[in-house]
Amino acid sequence: MHHILHIKNGIVIDPKNGIKAEKMDIFVKEGKIVEESEIDKSQCKVIDASNKLVVAGGVDMHAHIAGSKINTGRTMRPEEMRMVRQIANKFRATVGRVLLTSPAIGYEYAKMGYTTSFEAAQPPIGALHTHEELDAIPMVDKAALPVFGNWHFVLKYVAEKDIEKLKTFIAWAIERTKGFGVKVVNPGGVEAWMYGKNCRNLDDEVPNFGITPREIITSLIKATEELNLCHSVHLHCNNLGNPGNFETTIETMKLANGFSNDKRQVLHVTHVQFNAYAGSSWRDVGSGAAEIAKYVNSVDNITIDMGAAIFGHATAMTGDAPFQFTLHKLLNARWCNKDSEIEGGAGIVPIMYLPKNPVHALQWAIGLELGLLIDSDKVVLTTDFPNGGPFTEYPYVMAMLMSKKMREKELEKVSPFVQKAANLPSIETEKSLEEVIHMTRDLPAKILGLENKGHLGVGADADIAIYNLNPNEIDTSNDYELINKAFRNALYTIKGGTIIVKDGQLVEEVWGTTYWVDATKNVDMKAIEDDLNEYFDLYYSIEKENYGVEEAWIKNPTRLVMG
Amino acid sequence: MATKKVICTFCGSVCDDVEFDVEEFKPKKFCKLGRSKFSKKERIKAPMIDGKEVSYEEAIQKAAEILVNAKKPLLYGWASTANEAIRLGVILTEKVRGVYDQCASVCHAPGTLAVIEEGIPGASLGAIKNRADLVIFWGSNPMEAHPRHPLRYSMSAKGLLIKGRNDRKVVVVDVRKTKTAKKADVFVQIKPGYDYPVISALRALIKGEDIDVDEVGGVSKEQLKELAEMMKNAKYGVIFYGLGVTQSRGRDRNIENAVKLIQLLNRYTRFVIWPMRGHYNVVGSGEVPAWEVGYQYAIDFSRGYPRFSPAEFSANEVLQREDCDAALVIAADPVAHFPKESVKHLKKIPVIQIDPFPNMTTLVANVVIPSAVYGLEAEGTAYRMDGIPLRVKKVIDTEYWSDEKILEELLKKVVELRGE
Repeated sequence: MHHILHIKNGIVIDPKNGIKAEKMDIFVKEGKIVEESEIDKSQCKVIDASNKLVVAGGVDMHAHIAGSKINTGRTMRPEEMRMVRQIANKFRATVGRVLLTSPAIGYEYAKMGYTTSFEAAQPPIGALHTHEELDAIPMVDKAALPVFGNWHFVLKYVAEKDIEKLKTFIAWAIERTKGFGVKVVNPGGVEAWMYGKNCRNLDDEVPNFGITPREIITSLIKATEELNLCHSVHLHCNNLGNPGNFETTIETMKLANGFSNDKRQVLHVTHVQFNAYAGSSWRDVGSGAAEIAKYVNSVDNITIDMGAAIFGHATAMTGDAPFQFTLHKLLNARWCNKDSEIEGGAGIVPIMYLPKNPVHALQWAIGLELGLLIDSDKVVLTTDFPNGGPFTEYPYVMAMLMSKKMREKELEKVSPFVQKAANLPSIETEKSLEEVIHMTRDLPAKILGLENKGHLGVGADADIAIYNLNPNEIDTSNDYELINKAFRNALYTIKGGTIIVKDGQLVEEVWGTTYWVDATKNVDMKAIEDDLNEYFDLYYSIEKENYGVEEAWIKNPTRLVMG
Repeated sequence: MATKKVICTFCGSVCDDVEFDVEEFKPKKFCKLGRSKFSKKERIKAPMIDGKEVSYEEAIQKAAEILVNAKKPLLYGWASTANEAIRLGVILTEKVRGVYDQCASVCHAPGTLAVIEEGIPGASLGAIKNRADLVIFWGSNPMEAHPRHPLRYSMSAKGLLIKGRNDRKVVVVDVRKTKTAKKADVFVQIKPGYDYPVISALRALIKGEDIDVDEVGGVSKEQLKELAEMMKNAKYGVIFYGLGVTQSRGRDRNIENAVKLIQLLNRYTRFVIWPMRGHYNVVGSGEVPAWEVGYQYAIDFSRGYPRFSPAEFSANEVLQREDCDAALVIAADPVAHFPKESVKHLKKIPVIQIDPFPNMTTLVANVVIPSAVYGLEAEGTAYRMDGIPLRVKKVIDTEYWSDEKILEELLKKVVELRGE
C-alpha cells in the first residue's frame, strides 16, 4: 500500500536538484514526492532519518535480469542456484549465488536500495518470455531493450540507405516487443557468425549485405535521433573481449560526431571494461581505459557504463554469439549458443574472475579505471550483471571509487601484472559521495530519459533509499568499510511510496511497472508493410500476427509515447 | 467469420499457421495429431469428488484440504498447460512444501543434464529453416511424432539460403528404418544402445584421427567416414535428437557426447543441436520453474527452499520410495505412462487431477477438476520446442475453467487454510 510519508531530518544528497548533503525533509503522497503543504501531518507516517543519508532509489541501466539468456544460464548452472538466500515465508523462497531467481533479483535490489532495473538485451522474437520474467520480478520498475544490430530488416534498410524505413521499422519493433529503446550488439558480427565469422573491425563487411558495422551504427544513431526516442542507441561494440580493442571502441565513439541532443547523449556505449584493452595479444595486453576516458571526457554526446569485473563467479551471457564461442574455446568451458531466426544470436559461458589471474586482475582494474578517469557525468556504475559479476557488489565498487586506500589494500591481493599493465595503482582520484550517488541514480535515469527517476524533486516517483551513513561525518577515503557495508542493506527502501525494506529486511512486496516506448505516432507503418509480410512469409518460422507482445499481457505496463 | 486462425497445442512444433472452423468445430491445415486434439472429444463433464459431481468451488476446497493436510505432496505434469498456470503451480508447490516435477523427467530430462555438463549450441527453428544444408534426425522420427516439423522447419522448409528439399541433405540415424528414414538421403542404422560409441567415432574421424575398427555400433567405418565428411563439409548443420537417444543406454551421456561433437564441428563450420521436444509446452514446464525457483524439474520444497536432485525428486523416484502422501496431477497421465510400482503408490494416496480430458489417471483420482483446452477455449503462453514463446488463443467460449483460474483459486484457498 502507498504510505503518506514524512521523512524527517535526513541528510539529503540529490545531485539533479543541486542538493549536497543538506539536512531536509522529504514528503511522499500517492507514490510521488510532494510539497510539504500537500501532506496532512496528522495522517502521515514519520520516518526519523536524523543523521542518515537520504537519496533516490538506485537505477540499474544495464543488467541481464530476464529472458531466455539468464534462464538458460540458470538451467546450465544448478551449482549457481545451490546457495539458499531465503526460506519461504511471507516472501518467496530465494536462491542463487550470482545468477538469481526472479523473486531473488527483485528482493536483492530492494535490500540494496535500488528500485529500477533494465534488462539490457531482449531477443525480439523472445520478447514475450522476457516480459514473463520481468513480471516475475517483484519490488522494482523495469524495462527491456530489444536488440537491433543484426536484424535483417535493419541490415536491409542500412544497405538501401533508407532511413525512413529504418525509423519505421524501429518504431514497429519497439512497439511489438514492448521494448524501451535501441540496443545494438556487435553490429554485423553476429550475422557473420552464422557463417562462422565475426566483424571485429568497423569496416569488416557483413556477409551478403555489402555493408559494414560503421554504416549500421551510424544509421541506427540517425534513425534513433530522428525518432527522438527518450534513450539513445545503447551499443555493445564490435571486437569485444580482444586485446587492442580500445581503438575499435574509440573509433566507434567517433561515429557519434555530428549528432547532438539537448536532453541526453546520442550514443551510450555499454560495459566498456570489456572493450578497453590495449596490446596485441594476451601476453602484452594492457589497459586502454585512459585513452577511452580521454576521448569520452572530450565530447559531450557520449556516455558509458563500466561493466566492472568483480572477483568470483560470473556468467558471460551476451547477444555477441561469436565472442561467446571464442570465450568457450579460451576457457574450455560449457557453452550455450542460440541463433535466432533472422535477428541475431546469443551465447552463454560460465566464468570465474580470479584475483591472481593476470588477465582477470587487469579486467578488474580497467572497470575501476573507467569509473575513476571518466567525468562522473558520463559514466554509470554497472557490472553488466552477470557478465562482470553480481549487482549485489555495487557497494564494493562505490566504496572503491571513493577510496584510494581501499584500492591500495585490494591491489595487494591481486596479480602484480596489474602494476605494469594498468593505470589503477597510480590513480589518485577519489570520487565524492555525491558523485557516486550521481553515477547510480540521476545519471542513469537521465541517460534512459526517465524524468521521474533518480532524484527527489517534487513530482518524482517516491523511490527512496535511506542508508546508515551521515555524509557530513563520514570520511569516504578512510571509512570505506562502513561505506561498503551501509550500501548493502538500506535502512529503508521506499518504492512508489511504499516501505518495502526496513533495516535491510524485506517488509512488503510490491510490483513495479514495466516501461515501454511507443514511437509509432510519427511513422507510417505502410512504408514497411510489404517488407514485413515478405520477410515473415519467407524467413520467419512464426506468423506475423503471432509476433510480439500485447500490452494487456503485461502485469503493470506504462506506455511512454514519443514525439 | 467461422474460420479462425489458431495455434496448435499438441506437440512441440506448436504450429501457428493452422485454422479452426468454430461453427463446424472443424480443424483445418492441422496434421493428424493436432487434428485429434482439435476435434470433438470426450470430456470430463464436471468437477468430481470421489466420483460424485460437485461445483468447482467444492472441488477446489477439497483439493486445497488435501494439499494442506499432506506432509509432502507431489505436483506433477505441467507439459500440456500454459505458463501462467505453471507459474501458479510452482508457487503452490513452494507454499505446500511439496515436490514439483514435470513430464520431461520421463522424457527429455537427460538432455537437461547434458546442458548442465556441456551447455547446448542451438538455434531457433527459423534459423535452421533459413540456413541448414544438413539436417540429421538422430533417434527422432518427426514424420510420425512431429508431422509438420519437416515441412515447416527442417527437411523441406524453404528459407533464406535454402530454397527447398534439394538444397539440403537429410540424414537419419536410428535403430530401424522409420518413416522419416524413408524420406532421408542417408540412413544410418545403428545397433540399439550404441549411440555413444558412434558419436565418439565421429568425433575422432572429424578430428582427423583414425579409428582402429571396421565398424562401430553396427555402422561400417566407411559409412562413418562418409557421415563425418558430410558433417564437416556442411555450411550449417543440425542434429535433431529424440527419445531414441535420451531413453536408451547412456541417456544423458549420449547427449553430452553429441554436444561435444557439435562443439568440435563449430571449429570447422557452423553446427547446432536441438531436442525434438514432445508436448506443446513441455519447454515452459521447465523454463517457468527455472526463473521462479532456479531449476527445471525434480524440485523438492520440503525444507522451504528448492532443491534439485533428479535421482531423488523425479516423480517416479518419489512415488516408488512412497515419499509423497498426496498428488496433484495436471495435464498428464502418469497412471497410463508410469511403471507399475509408481502407479501402485498413486493408488494409495489422495490424488487430485486437473485435465480437460478423462484418462487413466481419472480412474484413481479422488478429486477431478476439468479444465478448458488451451489454444481453443483458453488463452495462454506456450514455448515451442526451440523456446520461442507463442500466445495460444481462445476462439470458443466454455463453461470450463482454465488451468490458470483453477490454480489461482486453489492457491488462494491454500493460503487461506494455512492461515497466512
